[in-house]
Parts: sequence; C-alpha cells; structure tokens
Amino acid sequence: MNPLDLSFRHKLPLWGSVLVLVTAMAVSATLMVQTYEEMEEDLIIDSDTLARALTPNLFSALLQGDVWWAYETVSSPQREIGTGELPNKAENLIVVDNALRVFVAAKPREVRMRTSLKDIGPEYAALAAQLERTGDPNEGAMDLPGYPHLFVVRPISREGEQLGLLIIVLTRASFMPRFYKLARYGFMAGALILCILLPVNWYWGQRMAAPLAQLTDRMQNVGKHRPKDLDPVHYSHRDELGSLFNTYNKMLADLKEREELERQVVQSDRLAALGQLAAGVAHEINNPLGGMLMAVDTLKNQGIADPRTAKTVALLERGLGQIRETVGALLVEAKINSRNLMPNDIEDVLVLILPQVRRKTLHLDWRNDIADDVALPATLVRQVLINLLLNAVRAAAHQGQVSCHIRQVDDSLRVSVANDGKVLTNEQMSHLFEPFSPLSEDGHGLGLWVSYQIVQQLDGTIAASRNGGRMQFEVALPIGGVAA
Amino acid sequence: MGEMVFLLPFSNQMNAYGNALPFSNYWTPRRKGWVAQCVRILCLATLLWLTPAWAQPPLKIGLTPIIPYDRLDIDEDLRKYLETKLGRQIEFVRRDSYRPAIDMLSHDQLDVAWVSVYPYVYLHHNFNLRLLATPVYHGYPFFRTYLIVPADDKTTTSLLQLRGKIFAYADPFSFSGYLYPRYELHEAGKNAATFFAKTFFTMGHKRVVRAVASGLADGGYVDGYIWDSLAKSEPQLTAKTRIVEMSGLHGFPPLVAAKKLSNRDFDDLRRVLIGMSSDPVGAKVLKRLGLDGFVPGDPKWYAEAAHMMHVMGDI
Repeated sequence: MNPLDLSFRHKLPLWGSVLVLVTAMAVSATLMVQTYEEMEEDLIIDSDTLARALTPNLFSALLQGDVWWAYETVSSPQREIGTGELPNKAENLIVVDNALRVFVAAKPREVRMRTSLKDIGPEYAALAAQLERTGDPNEGAMDLPGYPHLFVVRPISREGEQLGLLIIVLTRASFMPRFYKLARYGFMAGALILCILLPVNWYWGQRMAAPLAQLTDRMQNVGKHRPKDLDPVHYSHRDELGSLFNTYNKMLADLKEREELERQVVQSDRLAALGQLAAGVAHEINNPLGGMLMAVDTLKNQGIADPRTAKTVALLERGLGQIRETVGALLVEAKINSRNLMPNDIEDVLVLILPQVRRKTLHLDWRNDIADDVALPATLVRQVLINLLLNAVRAAAHQGQVSCHIRQVDDSLRVSVANDGKVLTNEQMSHLFEPFSPLSEDGHGLGLWVSYQIVQQLDGTIAASRNGGRMQFEVALPIGGVAA
Repeated sequence: MGEMVFLLPFSNQMNAYGNALPFSNYWTPRRKGWVAQCVRILCLATLLWLTPAWAQPPLKIGLTPIIPYDRLDIDEDLRKYLETKLGRQIEFVRRDSYRPAIDMLSHDQLDVAWVSVYPYVYLHHNFNLRLLATPVYHGYPFFRTYLIVPADDKTTTSLLQLRGKIFAYADPFSFSGYLYPRYELHEAGKNAATFFAKTFFTMGHKRVVRAVASGLADGGYVDGYIWDSLAKSEPQLTAKTRIVEMSGLHGFPPLVAAKKLSNRDFDDLRRVLIGMSSDPVGAKVLKRLGLDGFVPGDPKWYAEAAHMMHVMGDI
C-alpha cells in the first residue's frame, strides 16, 4: 500500500511526527556541530593563553639551559604532580630549540629530550617540515591534514630574540567526553521535547483529520442514501474547513429541498392525475347512471304489481343512489355562483362540530379572526373546514386537544387545524390526500381528497406537518380567487 | 648578645644500620612523669615572661631543601617549640638551594643553618664553623644515599650502566645529589663531565625523585631520608622509581652554627635540641619530622664525605 494513500487520520500525525523528528534532529545536529567547533576553538584559545603565560619563564629557562625549570614550567598545568595527566586537555607540551631539537617535554617518556622533532614520529616530522617551511608559527592552531592532533605553536622569545618554540599538542579526543556529555544532555532534552511534541502533534493531527474524515464519510454517503436521511455536519471554526463544511451543509440543504420539491411535485402530479381519472370515471359513470335512475324512476311511477319486481327495483334504486353519492363525492366541482364567506359561516361550523367535541370531551382551542366578508366561496371553505375539523376530532386522543385558527394574512385566508393524538408515519403522510384513504375508519376516506381538490381549485395550498406530537394542517387560500 | 641563625636541613635519615652505635642513651624516652614536666614548663614560661627575653633580636635559622617543601606546617611547629623553649624569637630563613645558605652562614647573616653534608664539610673546612647537632633517624645519626631509576627500567643495576643517559643532579652543593655520583664515577675511572649524555640540576632531592619518576631523567641520586619520607607521604610518586644502589652510611645532614653564635646561645640551642626527644611536645614535633631526636654530633662522622670532596678537589 502506498503510504500516500493512507487516511489523513494517520497521514497528518505521521507527517507531523516526521517533521518534528527531522526538525529536532536538524537543530540537534546544528547545535552539536556548533558545540564541537566551539569546544575546539576554546581548546585552541585556552592553549594559546597557556602558551603565552608559559613562554616568559621558558625563555629564562632556555637562556640558562635549566632543564628542570623548563620541565616545571611545562608540567605545571599538570593536575597532580607525577601522574602525568594534563588537565588543560593538552596531550603534551614540548619545548624545542631553534634547531627543532626537544629541550624538554611535559611527558618526557613520550618525547625524550634532545631528540630531533622530526625523529619523534611521522606526525612530528610533518610538523617540523611545516615549521621549517613557514618559519614563523602562525596564530591559532596548526592542523596537519591526516593526523589526529592539533598543534598550538608559540615562539619563546623576548625582545625579538627567539630561543625556541613551545608546542602544545592537542587532541580532539580530549574534549570528546565533555562533548559527549553535552550531546547526551542535548539528546535527553530533545527526547523530552519529542515526548511532549509527538503526542501533541498526534492529537492535533487527529483533530485536524477528524472533521476531514467525517466530511469524506458524509460525502461518500451522498450518493448512497437519500439526502433527507443525512445529517448536517458541525465545525465551529471559520477556516477553510469551516467553509467546506458550510458548503457541504448548504449542498445538503439544497438536495433536501430539491428532494422535497420533487416529492411534492410527484404527489401533486399523482393527485392531479387521480383527480382527472376520478373526474373522467365519474362523468363516464354519471351518464349511464342518470339514464338508469331515470328508468328506475319511470318504472316506479308506472307502478309495479309484482312485489318481487318492486323489491328488485327498490334494490336497484338504492344501489344506484349509492353509486351516485360516491361518484358525486369523488367529483368535486367548485360552484361558481357561491356567495362570499362570512364570519357566521365559520361560526356555523363550530356549532356543527361542537357535539362531537363534547362527546370526546376534547379541549377545543378555537380562534376566528375573521370579522368581515371574505371574497371566497363560502360553501367550499366551510366544507374544507368541516373536513379538517372532523378529521382532527376523530384523530385526537380522548380528552385531547384540538385547535383551530382562522385568520387573514395579507391577501390570503389561512386556516390552521391541529390535534394531538397519533402522528402519521412518513408513508401515511405521502398518501395523505389520496381518495379512499385507508386511514379513514368510518366514512369513505374522501374527506382530505375533497379538501385537497377544493383547495387546488381555489389556487390555494394545503399541507400537513408533524409538529412535535401534533398533526397540523395548514390551508392558505388566495382571497378573490374563484373556482375555475 | 648577637643574632642567632640556624639552618635546618631536615632531610637525611637512615634506613638500614647494620652495626650498633653508642647513642641509644640520648633518645630512649625518659618518663619522669607528667607533673614534673608541666611544672618545669610552667616555671620556664613564667621565667621567660618575667625576663625581657623577647626584647632580644630573633635567632635566625636557615632551612634548605633537605626536607620536602610541602611541610611548612611542620617547620612552624618546630619554630614555635624552639621559641617556647629558648624564650626568644626564632626566625626561619628558607632558601631553595644550599649556596645561599652557605654564603649567609659564612657571612654571619644566619645564626644557625640546617644543611646537607657537603655544605657542613665545606663550612667546617673553610670557615671552621661548629657542628651544633646531628639529627637521629631510625636510631642512628646516619643516612644513606640511593641511586634511583624509573620503575619501568628493569635492567639497570649500577650507576655505570647509565652511560650516555640523562642524569638528574640535585644541587651543586649537595652530597647525595652531586658529590657522591661524581666521586663514584671518578673511582670507577670515568669522567663525570662526559659520562652522561645530559645532566641537569633540579635544586632539590624531591625534584630528583620527580624527574626520575616522570622519565625526564634516566637516573639520579637522592637522599635516603627524603626518599623514605616520600615513600610514606607520596607512595604513588616513589612507586614510579626503583632503588638500584644504596651508599654506605654517612653522617646525617647536621645543623651548623655561625661564628657569631655565642657559646651560651650555642649551648642553649644544643640543649633544647637534644632535650626534644624527652619532652612530650618536642617528641611530637620530632615525630612529625620523621626524626628520633638530635645528638651533639661528631665531625668524624663526616670524614668520609670530606675525603670525597678532597678527592674531587672541592676542598
């Protein structure tokens, strides 16, 4: 698996960790290199200072040929007389005369007096060659390539007269223990910082990645699930992620709106088709039905002697009458010549509904804000209102609550009917306004269908909603509109 | 009364003494009892207090590198002891080598000096200076001188094997550190001036030990008292050296009196020095010095050294 394909949940903390580690190592390496160079420089400066301090005595000692004085002088930096350890980190201090012959050395066992410098060893031979070539020793240290030591060389001279050279032999290994110690401290400090930074980084990375992962998850679900089943995501900051989340939420809201619109369109299309179908069927039935009823009526008028025939005719008449009623209920037609709605019409509905309300001992919250005539067909509005109220009363729980609010908002009449009791399921909601509703326990299930048809014909809207534990129906009818 | 000065060569002690010598009576501890001793000290102190003894000029005693130089506190103990006993101020004059002490003593700038065998013989021979006292070390007023080489030199068994090597001398006026090796080479028919490849002076016995221990020198003669003392106080130093030869016995480096030292002061000083071993405080000081006591000394003990100097043309 390509590591670049890893989830951000892991990739962000990993990248962060790698960066933290690389930074820590780079900083440590820089500091260590710097420390090393400073230590080397310190060593050379120390040694140079030492050399300057020793040379006046060495001059006198050389002048008098006093070996012991010279030895005491070069071995004085020794920590403990006799142990041969030079604490100033010089490996050896060597005094040579102008012919580069050893006069004395702090470690006489290693560098015998009277030996020529070039006979001590290849490194000293290289040093001797270098000294012969350059003549005057340089400031600072002589670093012979390929050899482990550094040499600080100072002339032993007074007033221009030079008697010899003091050579301080330095080894880089001398400060390595101190360097390692410092490096160890540095490493420990670094480890401590890493101990703090890495978890912080991990936490931060996870935190950064978590909303991204959540968003990714949601985005992947967009195709798989219906938008209305998707929840919006929350992200409280206003950074890029925040705008991404906002965009997602907006997209989700748009999707949901579109879905709702589509659903409504589908529903109204279906209802419209049903209406057309019902109207068509009703007309087709009404024509022969009229003929049949007329024929039955004629037959009755002629008188029927045979009681069995009379019984059959009566049966036919009742059956045909029922068909006519049903078809009539199905075929909603607004009556153009209806009079305007008056406040009394609405109060009449209250009178009609009250007995049933009392029977179930319901609490009815009735608010009628209509004071004047409203340019709407009174019969149709009354019918809608009665249908909705009857439904509400039926659906309400025993001793439950029903509310009805009628008011005028701008140029529309608003009717709002609500009840407690059972709340409809999504499935039930989607088939609410269809004829022969299975929800209807008595009646033929045409109440809402009729109401819907009426509202449609009045160019209004009717909508059902679930609001908490209540079912609520909202009707809006444009005032001044008349049935087509 | 004139100024008194002394030189104390604190160094020579002897280790190995084969023959019995007639000095044991001087420093066998006398136990006269605490009370008597204290009463004596008290009486003496009171007497000193009452007499204007402190008004006298200080007695100048010269010290030379007979002893390792890191023992100043011991010197101070000795000085205080002598001051108390003599009832007069004592001043120690320290010199890094014998020559100044010799000069100061011969010019009456010191009252007394503790010097090496060589300066004593030299002063006795040339200026007829008196032997004040000789220290007693390990029961005898004698010491030996050691030839030492670095401990890693396992092969050298005699001075003659050091031909062409680097050799450390202590002091041109030192018996062990200069006269003795030259005399030995002379006896063997060698020329000391050319026998070694290189020689140098360290001006001190302890430094000879250091020079040999560090490998700076391939060999050197050192006063046996010094080496033995160092073997106790700095064993890690002497462990780096190996004793190859030991000389015969010679009189321990003595205290020599200047001409100007009055007989009375001479007697007082000698009495106090000799009495040290029987005095509890004095015994403590002696113990710190690593000595057993002092005896009057006999010029005969230094006769062999004088002979060597004569042979070498030094006197």
